[in-house]
Amino acid sequence: MTSAIPSGDGVRDVVIIGSGPAGLTAAIYTARANLKPLVIEGEPSSNSDQPGGQLMLTTEVENFPGFPDGIMGPDLMAAFKAQAARFGAEFVTAKASEVVFDERPFRVHTSDGGEVSARSVIVATGARSLMLGLESERRLLGYGVSTCATCDGFFHRDYEVGVVGGGDSAIEEALFLAKFATKVHLIHRRKELRASRIMQDRALAHPKLEFIWDTVVSDLVGDKTLEAAVLKDVNTGTERTLPLHGLFVAIGHVPNTDIFKTSLDSDENGYLRTVGHGTYTNIEGVFACGDVQDHVYRQAITAAGSGCMAAIDCERWLEAVAH
Amino acid sequence: MAEHTVTLTDGNFDETLAGADAPVLVDFWAEWCGPCKMIAPVLDEIARENEGKLTIGKLDIDENLEISRRFEVLSIPTLILFKGGEPVARLVGAKGKAQLLQELHPYL
Repeated sequence: MTSAIPSGDGVRDVVIIGSGPAGLTAAIYTARANLKPLVIEGEPSSNSDQPGGQLMLTTEVENFPGFPDGIMGPDLMAAFKAQAARFGAEFVTAKASEVVFDERPFRVHTSDGGEVSARSVIVATGARSLMLGLESERRLLGYGVSTCATCDGFFHRDYEVGVVGGGDSAIEEALFLAKFATKVHLIHRRKELRASRIMQDRALAHPKLEFIWDTVVSDLVGDKTLEAAVLKDVNTGTERTLPLHGLFVAIGHVPNTDIFKTSLDSDENGYLRTVGHGTYTNIEGVFACGDVQDHVYRQAITAAGSGCMAAIDCERWLEAVAH
Repeated sequence: MAEHTVTLTDGNFDETLAGADAPVLVDFWAEWCGPCKMIAPVLDEIARENEGKLTIGKLDIDENLEISRRFEVLSIPTLILFKGGEPVARLVGAKGKAQLLQELHPYL
């Protein structure tokens, strides 16, 4: 495993920031185009912003084409990475901490003090889980409050837990947790789920899942570990306390664009803007793909597809500027 | 993997900590935990670079529930640093090498 940028590294043709389905697909394509990509894959985290991306925190992926029996998220990402490495992609296990896009070649700095120069950059930093934003949540994170059901579900065997959210990830977490918990309370701020039909049907039919509609979590109670959540009815404003051993937060995502704020155009929600149907950003030679520029589809397969597009856009752009 | 770390169990935990001269960092982990797997090579590297100064013990929570319960582990990876057999610091969640070292530094 490479963990730092090799010293004396020259100007790269392409540096890819991020290593989820988008970044690694871009790596496979640019490696096969002989561009010797360097992938800045990120750092370990428990908040879906990490090497391998959001799928590293999931279990079974049932909708990625080519795997009729499903595949485990981490196994799928290990396969993506092995395929990119096979064609010569190189990896750095660090987080990109700063980018310089107003000079050429571009420069990317990493959290471990490394620096690399590149003619082009593919941004595939994805999105990370949103938190509730409560002080009590920060205090109890890891002590009953979790962002990773696959990591922490085990500790709630024979207890009642809650999941906040109403999308596919919330339902996936709830169904996973139902294997351990006596009851899973699904707390959602609306009266209906955003999740796909198949997930909704499974959730609504599950005997251990209990739905609490039109409700938000307004506070968490617990001295050392979580003991209860304070729930607030959004229509009446009435609050009540629900004893819980665990609470899993799955209320959506926020794009990882902090280091691009001053250089790349983004929409009102912070997602990077790309031009037309391609992956070009407002800076020539910088391309964006995957969830960092897509808040609509957000699937492994669409991220991979846009990673392929970014690689092709990038390859053609490099060819054009070389002539 | 794990050549520089020691394996802790419900059976040898107290004995190992009581007999340790150097601080012991215990990694509560499990086979099915993605972030745990991610930090495993980082911990091995830290153990190798701090041979004699820091012992890193790995405790599989799946098979050693007694110790996990004693320290109220509710999330993995959880890292607990023991000095003189007493827990002095606790880090929850996967982190990169630089951040781990930075958070452990005051206690080493």
